[in-house]
Amino acid sequence: MKSIKTWIFVGFASLLLVACGQGGGGAGSKKSKTLENTKKAGFVKCGVSQGLPGFSNADASGNWTGIDVDVCRAVAAAVLGDADKVKYTPLSAKERFTALTSGEIDVLARNTTWTLSRDADIGLTFVGVNFYDGQGFMVRKNSGINSVNDFKNGISACTNTGTTTELNMRDFFNSKIISYEPIAFEKADEVVQAYDAGRCDTYTTDKSGLAAQRTKMSNPDEHKVLPETISKEPLGPVVRQGDAVWEDIVRWSLNTMIEAEEYGVNSSNASSLKDSENPAIKRLVGSEGELGAAFGLDNEWSLRIIEQVGNYGESYKKHIADTGILPNRGPNQLWTKGGILYVPPAR
Amino acid sequence: MIFKKFNIENKKARDLIPQAITVLALLSVIIYFATNAQINMGNRGISFGFGFLNQEASFDITFSMIEYDGSHSYGRAFLVGLLNTILVSVIGIFFATIIGVVVGVSRLSDNYLIAKVAEWYVEIFRNIPLILQIFFWYFAALRALPLPENGISFNDISFLTIKGWYVPKFIWTNFNIFLLSVIAAFIAIYFINSYATKQREQFGKQLPATSISLATLILIPLITFLFLGVSLTFEYPVLKQLSSTVYTYEGGVSIIPELIALALALSMYTATFIAENVRAGILGVGKGQKEAAASIGLNKNQILKLVVMPQALRIIIPPTTNQYLNLTKNSSLAAAIAYPDIVLVFAGTALMQTGRAIEIISITMLTYLTLSISISMFMNWYNKKMAIKEK
Repeated sequence: MKSIKTWIFVGFASLLLVACGQGGGGAGSKKSKTLENTKKAGFVKCGVSQGLPGFSNADASGNWTGIDVDVCRAVAAAVLGDADKVKYTPLSAKERFTALTSGEIDVLARNTTWTLSRDADIGLTFVGVNFYDGQGFMVRKNSGINSVNDFKNGISACTNTGTTTELNMRDFFNSKIISYEPIAFEKADEVVQAYDAGRCDTYTTDKSGLAAQRTKMSNPDEHKVLPETISKEPLGPVVRQGDAVWEDIVRWSLNTMIEAEEYGVNSSNASSLKDSENPAIKRLVGSEGELGAAFGLDNEWSLRIIEQVGNYGESYKKHIADTGILPNRGPNQLWTKGGILYVPPAR
Repeated sequence: MIFKKFNIENKKARDLIPQAITVLALLSVIIYFATNAQINMGNRGISFGFGFLNQEASFDITFSMIEYDGSHSYGRAFLVGLLNTILVSVIGIFFATIIGVVVGVSRLSDNYLIAKVAEWYVEIFRNIPLILQIFFWYFAALRALPLPENGISFNDISFLTIKGWYVPKFIWTNFNIFLLSVIAAFIAIYFINSYATKQREQFGKQLPATSISLATLILIPLITFLFLGVSLTFEYPVLKQLSSTVYTYEGGVSIIPELIALALALSMYTATFIAENVRAGILGVGKGQKEAAASIGLNKNQILKLVVMPQALRIIIPPTTNQYLNLTKNSSLAAAIAYPDIVLVFAGTALMQTGRAIEIISITMLTYLTLSISISMFMNWYNKKMAIKEK
């Protein structure tokens, strides 16, 4: 069913591109058309995954949660004053960029890898990184495969279509001179089913994805993720090219969450820190400076993000660590604590 | 005089003007959309062009009938997808036709059990959405297949496993000579048949043309094996251990389970519609025709072959053409189970890697259009051949 929908969707989105009236871009102008439209609509149009625990996943009653979802919520809190005013559009890997360039969504927060060709080529702009990931392999525990060096000619590998994993997989097997059988499905659920059934010997995707999908297997304990990481996968939110103000809003919404963690500002203490001695903290909670004015927002925009969504550490703990997906923060730790999360100062 | 030409009562003008207006309106709509797309894409910094087809694709494909790996171009990947689409469509049409004819004839059988089984088959398979049937064959039916180390063995030369059906590979020597002999056999069959027709029409003699044709098709290629140095050996698949519990087969040809599931689903589904067409065709031939044929002394086989089938085909062909077209287009559901058809490879992976939605979607649509039109043209030609020729 998905594939027809995908078909129709991509076709329709292209048509939208073809049909919708001109304008929309307005490169270089100080005013942001996207911001105006968002305020008019009363919600942020956000593209998310079709269900990846920890990143963007809908529960039984349709509530979306995850660290990608929190980026959307942060933007909504900053722009509209209410983190819940988000309209989520679940997208397949294949649909996501068309949905963004055609204006179907305004922010794409869907565990998307930042690469040169995506950034430069197809009318998109990556605004930052909210999760540093890398591609890995999952195998059955009893397979006797303990490292990627145990792979031999003829191995079959399942993955998703339309992602960088297909390309990394080829680079990896070619560099090891191993012939392999690539089987690429459109939806993650189908990859899991096929791998679980034994159609393929290994399942490859981003390691966070492997950890999350493992929970969906019929017997999660029978599978393990190999130690090697074969690629860099900086995942981050994306916006359309050509609306510099909107781009800045999304970028600094994310940066605010990370910077808040750095200064120890969280959802429970934010409002009480208005009279803090530290000017950096005062700027974060909006009691000093006029930072919001730079992109046409009031001065409490960042306070609302921290109060309603929380800082990056809170978001990570709630969605990734406490759910058992990746209890260890690894590279996704602040630079001051041995990780590589480092954002420019908000001043 | 001149005005008379454009007079509303002039029939030619009356016919022409609405048509001209329609064409103009259509053209302006197309031009409007094209310009709009151009402006919108320009505003969003998206370029338009087909240069990407020459770029390196850098992704691999499970199953390809031509040489392909990631170092080939997107254009080549397109070709791989197209050939895979054609392959599954041809297989699907072949089996759908056979199953369809058998089931269609069975529904008219005097045997109650056969007729009922055929009826149930039609009612079940045509009323379940195709995508569910594809998932059923792929995830439910094929999932029951064993892992390679316990593969179902056919005489130890072919193995059916969850990873695919491994069959022996044909290794030919002097394949060209063999191919030429097959072509020669077909030419010979053509002449035999036209000679037989002539004999029948001029002298009323019935030659066993079918048996002679079959013999020719076997004998001529056989000669190449015996005297012209053509030979055929087989490479058998052999079980290979990759690690303590991971096995695969090496050598031979692997028919991937995705292809098996898709071809099964497409042919089982489409066969139900073809079966109904066949039934309609046979029922559509008047009873009097059969009785008349019997009264001039034709036997049962002759009645079916010479009187009923030629007339039934006229009813069967046009709706069956539609089913062939449907099957071809339905093969695009392949993406759901990772069969690398044109939609999965080109309108999927290639689209996503290049981001060129408009170019790729239009190429894909044009490709399906071309495929469909080719099938219709062939079927129309066949239909004309079968149509009543007034003598």
